Amino acid sequence: MSRPFIQSRPEIETEASETVLNMGPQHPSTHGVLRVVLKLDGEIVTDLDCDMGYLHRGAEKIFENRLYPMIPPYFDRLDYIAAVSNGLLYVETVEKAMNLEIPPRAQYLRVILTELNRLSSHLLWLATHALDIGAFTVFLWSFREREEILKIFEDFFGARLTCHAFRIGGMSYDAYPEFKSAVMALMDIFPKRLEEYETMLNENRIWLSRTVGVGIISGADAIDLGLTGPPLRASGVDFDVRKAHPYECYADLKFDIPLGDSGDTFDRYLVRMEEMRQSRRIIIQALEKLPDGPVMAKVAKVIKPPAGEIYHSVESPKGELGLFLVSDGTTKPVRLRMRPACFVNLQSLKKMAVGSLVADVVAIIGSLDIVLGEIDR
Amino acid sequence: MPLLLFSQPFMDSPLIPLIIEWSLKIFFIFGGLMTALAYLTWFERRVLAYIQMRLGPNRVGPAGLLQPLADGIKFIFKEDIVPLDADKFLYTLAPIMSLVPALTCYVLLPFGDKFVMPGLNREIPLHITHVNVGVLAIFALTGMGVYGIVLAGYASNNKYSLMGGLRSSAQMVSYELAMVMSIIGVLLQAGSLDLVEICKHQAGWFGMQWHLFTYPPTGIIGFFIFLIAMVAETNRVPFDLPEAETELVAGFHTEYSSMKFAMFFIAEYANMVTASAMATILFLGGWMGPFVDQFPLLGPVYFTAKVGFFLFLYVWLRGTLPRYRYDQLMNLGWKFLLPLSLVNLVLTATIALFFM
Repeated sequence: MSRPFIQSRPEIETEASETVLNMGPQHPSTHGVLRVVLKLDGEIVTDLDCDMGYLHRGAEKIFENRLYPMIPPYFDRLDYIAAVSNGLLYVETVEKAMNLEIPPRAQYLRVILTELNRLSSHLLWLATHALDIGAFTVFLWSFREREEILKIFEDFFGARLTCHAFRIGGMSYDAYPEFKSAVMALMDIFPKRLEEYETMLNENRIWLSRTVGVGIISGADAIDLGLTGPPLRASGVDFDVRKAHPYECYADLKFDIPLGDSGDTFDRYLVRMEEMRQSRRIIIQALEKLPDGPVMAKVAKVIKPPAGEIYHSVESPKGELGLFLVSDGTTKPVRLRMRPACFVNLQSLKKMAVGSLVADVVAIIGSLDIVLGEIDR
Repeated sequence: MPLLLFSQPFMDSPLIPLIIEWSLKIFFIFGGLMTALAYLTWFERRVLAYIQMRLGPNRVGPAGLLQPLADGIKFIFKEDIVPLDADKFLYTLAPIMSLVPALTCYVLLPFGDKFVMPGLNREIPLHITHVNVGVLAIFALTGMGVYGIVLAGYASNNKYSLMGGLRSSAQMVSYELAMVMSIIGVLLQAGSLDLVEICKHQAGWFGMQWHLFTYPPTGIIGFFIFLIAMVAETNRVPFDLPEAETELVAGFHTEYSSMKFAMFFIAEYANMVTASAMATILFLGGWMGPFVDQFPLLGPVYFTAKVGFFLFLYVWLRGTLPRYRYDQLMNLGWKFLLPLSLVNLVLTATIALFFM
């Protein structure tokens, strides 16, 4: 037994006054099984390294051995907090490769469900981010609304977390009869609930001192590191896939892209809070415009995208989620390569966290909103 | 020695009834205290649950009232794990070091004035011992509690525990200063370090003689400094850095399980009650209240109610506030509370000298 059971893989050189702290993979606030190796001088972080792969399931390799209609369930298990966005990405990529026209009703339903999923994902982010900083009550309050959304999902998809009704070519079934009224009822109470959270946090001196000026990243650095989603927009860069390359029916809907200016943890918080309001706006518009008609286009029984390469991306709650599809015209993809939003966002952690304190690292990881299922795949 | 206890001269001396009185008081206070501490956890969980819109423990017994009992049984039967590389002696000593001073404090706290025992015609003071430097003794004992935490952090051989222990020692030393400074105003007014005397000094005038209201505004400023420092001293939200669960897993008691963990747990709650009792005695008139002169047994009732208010405050804070960061905590203690308490002290002394 001379060889240590767990090897400290990310090697960090230390001086006498410094300690190496292994944070994770089993740690309450690394949001799953992320392992962060911190080099500490007292409580100040002088260096850090992320070790990941504890949740690696070889998803991209599995895709290569599955028929096209068999793949969506795997996508639900990547970013399990935003399963709908993941499923949307896959079906849209294949539809784009096959040049399929999706019926408008299916497009609107997809947008409503994706935005509901954005709400539930952001609520979970708010909950865990607040808990990381110590606001225990916000954690449980957020779960209250998330529960309402998950109930709608359960009624629609039959599953709460790994939900998929999206099929290549549309939806596998239409909305259940009370869907519209259930979503509308939730949207009516939603602004009041958001205000409740903001009363708890926005003017709380402790919350402000924990988030303002913590983990700053400039717009230029954010672009260099490839950040997308709320962390990028909090740094003042106006980029949202929904506006930049509109997919589904986003071009018909009115919504704003909230931008921050200083790129600190508090701005990332504000951007996401405002995004929830905009998502609500999108959902209400889409519900009002929801057209009648079929939800499934005419699709061949055997799905064979023409040979070639295609890249498509959607705005998942975490950032730009991309998928690169290589097809050789058979029933199985040659290669499906993801551009994971969280993976790319996580690499900015070192830039943000070095020089701050241990407690800030936790706050910054929380503000990046990572999901290890998507990072490790 | 044992023989001496049963010798005739000793039996005749008035010491015997005194020993019986003491034993009974210790028995009732200790028993009542342990029950109260157990129910404090139930109270905290229930109140916190209502703040957070959930139910809290409600399965064991009516309204979950037997939950503390179930928790106790669970703690006893858990496996008592000592980490392989831990310093076993210090590891075992640490919970004792933190529990014993926390419980010893109750020997000194006055719960009420004297009352005459019907039938025996014997005057019984409602406190176990009467020390004329009670304030100092309590601060000395609560100051001892930090050794338990530091030792636990050191002996566990765990970096999280170590950081928790270090944070805790820094925090307690920093806030003890502000805490002691904030009560010097009270001591100036009462002219005594005796807890009973301090309580009696606040009698009458329908509570307007409480040190909270006297010498305005110094009483109120002192009270709030004491309140903040007391939350920090007991390592509770928003100053729960030594056990910050989302940063340090569980801080100094990460490695502890079973009764050793329960001892830390009891010590924390005992310290909460001590701090609340001190706030009550120093600023809210202790056991003083209407008709307490006619019915001395009302004293403990008023005292418990006032302490209960502070305990509710603890839970309320926990349900509302996020956690401070280490450096911000130090800044608050050294750069804000300590100077403010010094200014407050000078102000109190000035008022005492020129206006009273």
